[in-house]
Amino acid sequence: MSDISLEQLGEQVLSDIKAVKDKNALEQLRVGTLGKKGSVSALLSTLGKMSPDERKIMGPKINALKQQVAKEIETRQNELRAIELELRLKSEKIDISLPLQPAPTSTGRIHPVSQVIDEISAVFSGMGFSIAEGPDIESDELNFTALNFPPDHPAREMHDTFFFEPDENGERKLLRTHTSPVQIRTMKSQEPPIRVIMPGRTYRCDSDQTHTPMFHQVEGLVIDKSTHIGHLRWVLEEFLKSFFEVDNIKTRFRPSFFPFTEPSMEVDVQCDRSGGEMKIGQGSDWLEILGCGMVHPNVLRNAGLDPDVYQGFAFGMGIDRLAMLKYGMADLRAFFDADVRWMEHYGFRPLDMPTLFGGLSS
Amino acid sequence: MKFTINWLKTHLDTKASNEEIIDTLTMIGLEVEEVTDQAKILENFTIAKVIEAKKHPNADKLQVLLVDDGKGGEPIKVVCGAPNAKTGMMGVFASTGTYIPGADFTLKKGNIRGEQSNGMMCSEKELLLSDDHEGIIELLNDAPLGVKYVDYVKMDDVMIDVAITPNRGDCASVFGIARDISATGLGNLKDEPIKAIPASAGETTIPIELRFEDKENPACPLFAGRLIKNIKNVSSPNWLQQRLRDIGLRPINALVDITNFITYDRGRPLHVFDADKIAGTLHARMGKNGEKLEALDNKSYDIDETMCVIADDSGTIGLGGIMGGISTSSDENTTNVLLECAWFDPINIAKTGRKTGINSDARYRFERYVDPSSTRDGIELATKLILEICGGEACEIKVIGEKNPKERIINFPLAEIERLTGLKVSYAEIKVILTRLGFWLSGSGEIVKIAVPTWRPDIEQKADIVEEVMRIVGVDKIPVEPLPALSGVAKKMLTPSQNNRRLARRALATRGLKEAITYSFISQQDAKLFGGGDKSLRLANAIANDMSDMRPSLLPSLLRAASRNINRGFSDGAIFEVGQVFLDDSENGQKNYASAIRYGSAKINGAGRHWQSKAEKLDFYDIKADLAAMFDVLGQDIEKAQIIAEPAIWAHPGRSAKVQLGPKNILGHFGEIHPSILAKFDLEGPLVAFEANLDALPKPRKKATKSKPPISLSDLMALKRDFAFVVDKDIAGADIIKAAKNANKAMISQVNIFDVFEGGNLEKNKKSIAIEVIIQPKDKTLTDEEIETISAAIIKAVEKATAGILRG
Repeated sequence: MSDISLEQLGEQVLSDIKAVKDKNALEQLRVGTLGKKGSVSALLSTLGKMSPDERKIMGPKINALKQQVAKEIETRQNELRAIELELRLKSEKIDISLPLQPAPTSTGRIHPVSQVIDEISAVFSGMGFSIAEGPDIESDELNFTALNFPPDHPAREMHDTFFFEPDENGERKLLRTHTSPVQIRTMKSQEPPIRVIMPGRTYRCDSDQTHTPMFHQVEGLVIDKSTHIGHLRWVLEEFLKSFFEVDNIKTRFRPSFFPFTEPSMEVDVQCDRSGGEMKIGQGSDWLEILGCGMVHPNVLRNAGLDPDVYQGFAFGMGIDRLAMLKYGMADLRAFFDADVRWMEHYGFRPLDMPTLFGGLSS
Repeated sequence: MKFTINWLKTHLDTKASNEEIIDTLTMIGLEVEEVTDQAKILENFTIAKVIEAKKHPNADKLQVLLVDDGKGGEPIKVVCGAPNAKTGMMGVFASTGTYIPGADFTLKKGNIRGEQSNGMMCSEKELLLSDDHEGIIELLNDAPLGVKYVDYVKMDDVMIDVAITPNRGDCASVFGIARDISATGLGNLKDEPIKAIPASAGETTIPIELRFEDKENPACPLFAGRLIKNIKNVSSPNWLQQRLRDIGLRPINALVDITNFITYDRGRPLHVFDADKIAGTLHARMGKNGEKLEALDNKSYDIDETMCVIADDSGTIGLGGIMGGISTSSDENTTNVLLECAWFDPINIAKTGRKTGINSDARYRFERYVDPSSTRDGIELATKLILEICGGEACEIKVIGEKNPKERIINFPLAEIERLTGLKVSYAEIKVILTRLGFWLSGSGEIVKIAVPTWRPDIEQKADIVEEVMRIVGVDKIPVEPLPALSGVAKKMLTPSQNNRRLARRALATRGLKEAITYSFISQQDAKLFGGGDKSLRLANAIANDMSDMRPSLLPSLLRAASRNINRGFSDGAIFEVGQVFLDDSENGQKNYASAIRYGSAKINGAGRHWQSKAEKLDFYDIKADLAAMFDVLGQDIEKAQIIAEPAIWAHPGRSAKVQLGPKNILGHFGEIHPSILAKFDLEGPLVAFEANLDALPKPRKKATKSKPPISLSDLMALKRDFAFVVDKDIAGADIIKAAKNANKAMISQVNIFDVFEGGNLEKNKKSIAIEVIIQPKDKTLTDEEIETISAAIIKAVEKATAGILRG
C-alpha cells in the first residue's frame, strides 16, 4: 500500500460521503468503508503484514484516515437528518383555523341567585356573620305569631300566604312568607352574641313581572347587649357599598313600620334612572332597597330573650331584586324558567367565585 | 292619603317651602309617593267660547264646533262628541300639541269622518279633575275668555300623596299630618277646640239601636246620630269643591262633599242618611246570609253574617264603616238628614273590605283605627258645615253604646333612646317632640311617665316611644358606628352542608352544566311520577295546577325545562339544580338534593356534530362521570361507594344504578330516564340524569391536625401486566377489578379496565374484559418467579370470582 493509493482511497471515500443523498446510502457507505469488510478497515488489516518501520509510518496515516472518514460520515449524517427534518416539517402542516368544542368550564353556568348569595355571604363573612337556615314549610307560630303579627293580620289570609291542609290537630302549616322564622329559630337555639344572615326561598301568592310565587330573601340578625341603630346603619352602608362595588353610596333611612321591628325603617339607596338604565350609587334619585329595624321587644320575648337585657337589629332584602339591580335582568319570572339562553347570558362562569380577597365579581 | 299644601296650611302655621315640607314628610315616616303641581300640568288649557255647535254631517253623535279661544284669530274648528256641547257655552279648550293628562296623549290635528278637528273642548276627566267624562266642562257665562283655566279657578296648589303605614291611622287626615310635621318644629299646629253647635230643634227622634249578640266585642260598639231638619242640599261652595277636586274627588252635593271633606280633613268618616227614607229603627247589627246591599257605587253586594251592617226595618241600608246604600242616600230633594258618626272594629272592617273588594275612604280609615274620642268632634264639625251651607236646624246628638280608648301610661327610661338608637337627645327636646305629638310627660329623673294620646293605639311600650323621638329627630342624625369585630380574623362562615351545596354547584358547572332554579312546587301528576304527591305536601291554595305539590325530586322540573328548551329549538343541553326537596312536611323531611340531566347530545366535550369526534348517544357513564366529579369535590370517591343495579322509580331498569354507602345510607341514583317517564314529559331519549341526596354524604370528621400522613415514594419501578378474561355478559366489570385487587393486596396498587368487547368470535352471551394490573414492588425488585406467582394468583382469583376464563 502506497501513500498515493491511501490518499486516493481517502479522497474517493470523502467525496463519496459528501455525495450521499440519503440515510440508507450513507449507512451502506459506512459499512463499505468502516465495516468489518470495509475498504478502510481492510487497510488496517494490512498493518499486520508490514514491517515495523513501514507500520510506524502507515499506522498513524491509516488511523487518521479512519477517524476522518468516521467524522465525515457523522457530519454527513447530521446534515442529512437536518434536511430530512426540514422536509418532514415542511410536509407537516395543519389547518390551524378549525374551532374547538367549547370547554366545559366555558359552557357551565352558576345561576345569578346562587352567585349573589355567594357575594352576599362573602361580604358578611368579612363582618363576622355566619349563615342560619330553616325549613320552607313552617308553622303559623314561627312565621307569624312569634314575629308579633296580630291574629288578624291580612298576611295570614289565604290571599297572601300558601297554606297546607290542616292536620288532624287542626294545625295548618304554611310556606314561609319570609326568612324571619329563622330569626326565632336562631335566637331560641343560640346564645347571644348572634350575628347571622339567613338566605333562602320564600313564598307568597303573587305572580306578575316583578312578583313570582317563590322568591329569595336574605335577612340579617345581630343580637347582643349593645348593638343599636348606629351599628345597623354602618353594617348596611358597608354592605351596600361592598355589594354594588362602589366607593361611596348615599343611603336614606326612612322610618317605617313592620310588625317585627321597633323602631322600623326602610332604606333607599342613591340611584340614577336617567337613560333607561339603573345605576346604583350615582345620581339624585332614590330606590327603596330593604327594610330593617331594632328587633321588636315582643319578638325578643317570644324567642326567650329579655328585651331589657338583649337588643339588636334585623334587616331583610330580596336576593332576586339585588341580582336584578346589579346585573340588569328585567323580568323576575325568567329567573325560574331555566331557559338555556337566559342561563348562558345571565349566569356566571363556574370559577367566578366571589371572595373578599379576589373581589365579588370580575 | 292625598292632600294639598294649601289644605295642610289650614292646620299648620308654617313658612317652610314646599320642598322642605315634602322632604320632612318622608323623613318622619310619611313616605311621599307622588307630588303633583297641578297648575303646571294644566297650564296650556284656556277658557274658550263655543260660537257655534252644529251636527256633524256624517256622524249622529258628533258635533262640529266653532271655538273662539280669545286670541283674536279665526274661529277654530273642533269635532266634539260631548252631548252637552252647545252654542254659546264657555268651556276649557286645548289646542293641538297640548298634552292631555287624563287621557295620556298629545293632541294632534285630526280629521274625523271628513271634518277637520284642530283642538279639543275638555272634560273633567281629561284634566284629571274628576272621573267625570259624561260631558265637557261647562263654565259660568262670565268666565274670562282666553284666560288660563288654572288662573281662573285659582289652581296654584301642589298635591301630595303619602303612603300611610298600617299603624298610623292618625295620619289618614290632613290634621294628623300637620300635627306630625309640627313635632319637627317646621310649623305650629293650629289646634283650636271644636265648638259644640247648640241643638235648636230638640231631640233626635229617629230610634237608633245596636243589635249585637256579641256584647263584649260588638263590631260597632258606638253609634252617634244627629238629626238636622229643613236643610237644602245645594251644590257645595267653590272652596269645598276645590278641596275635593284637588285630591281627585268629584264634588257631588253639599252633604256628601261635607262628609268627604271631614273624612280627609280629620280622618273621621261620617255618613248622612236622608232621614225621611229611613224606615223604622235605624240599627247596626251583623248581616244575614242572603241579604244584599245596593251600595252607593251602584253595585250590589252579597252580605253575610261576618259583616257589620247598618239596617232599618226595610233591611240593610249600608255596610257599616265601608259604604252606604242607595235607598237612604241624600239627593237634591233631601230636607231632613241623619248624620251618622260611629266606631267600627278595625279587624271586622278589614275583613269585610277584603271580602267585598270595596276600597272606600271610610274603610281605609276604620281599618287603620279611628280615634273613638273623635266621634263628637266629627258630628259637631259636620253640623257646623251643614248649617252654614245647607241651612236647617240641628237636633241633639244621640249616642248609643260606648267605645273608650285605652288609656296607656308608659314608664320610660330616658336612656332607652340612646340604648336602642345611639342617638343622644336631651330631655327638653324629648319633651317638646312628644308633647307636640300629643303625649303627656310627667316626672323627672331617669324614668318619666308618658301618657299616650287616644289616637295612637300603636304606642304600647318603650321601643314605640323611642321610634317616635327617633323619627322626629331624624334617622340621619344617628351617628354611624362600626360594629365591633367579634374576633381578629373572621371565622369560617359556612356549615359543612352549606359548603357542600356551594361546591356541588361549582363542580357541576365546571362540567359544562348550567344551573337552573325552579319552583319548589310542581304539578300533582309530576310529583306522583317521582314518588311524591302526598296530601300533606299539597297546597290548599295553589295559584296554578302546575304549582300544587311540594316537589319530591328536582328531576320533574328539570325535565319540564328540557322539554321547554327543546321546543324552543335547543335540542341539546345539560342542566342541574341544587336545592330542596320535600319528603314529608316535617323539618327533617326537607332535604338538600343535587340533580342533573343531560339531553340531546350534550356530552361533556360538547354537543352536536364536530370534526373532532363522532356524535354519540348519551349513556349511563356520561352522567355517572358528572355524579362522580361532584362527589369527588365533596370528598366522596364514587368507586368506594356501593353501586348497585337497583333502579330509581324514574329510571331505566337495566341502565341505571343506585349509589349507597350502606343499605340505609343511600346517596343517590343515576342512569337513563325510563322511556315511559320521558313520554309523560314529551321527551325522547336517551336522556340521562342523577339525583343525589347531599345530606346523606358523610360529615367530615374533626381532625386533631391538618397535617397529612407522610408520603412513601418507592424508588422501584411499578410493573404493568395485562390480562383479558372471557366472562358471561352479566358479570360486573367491577367484580373483576375487585377480584384482581384482592389477589395480592400488598403488591397490586391499581387495576384498570381498558377494554370491553362483545361479538366477534365470542359466544353470544359472553364478553371479554381486559384489565391492566399495576404491581408496585415495595422494598426490592421482583424476580420473574415472583411476578409469575402474582399473575397466577390474579388469574385464579378472577376466574374463581367470575367463572370466566383467561383469554388465550
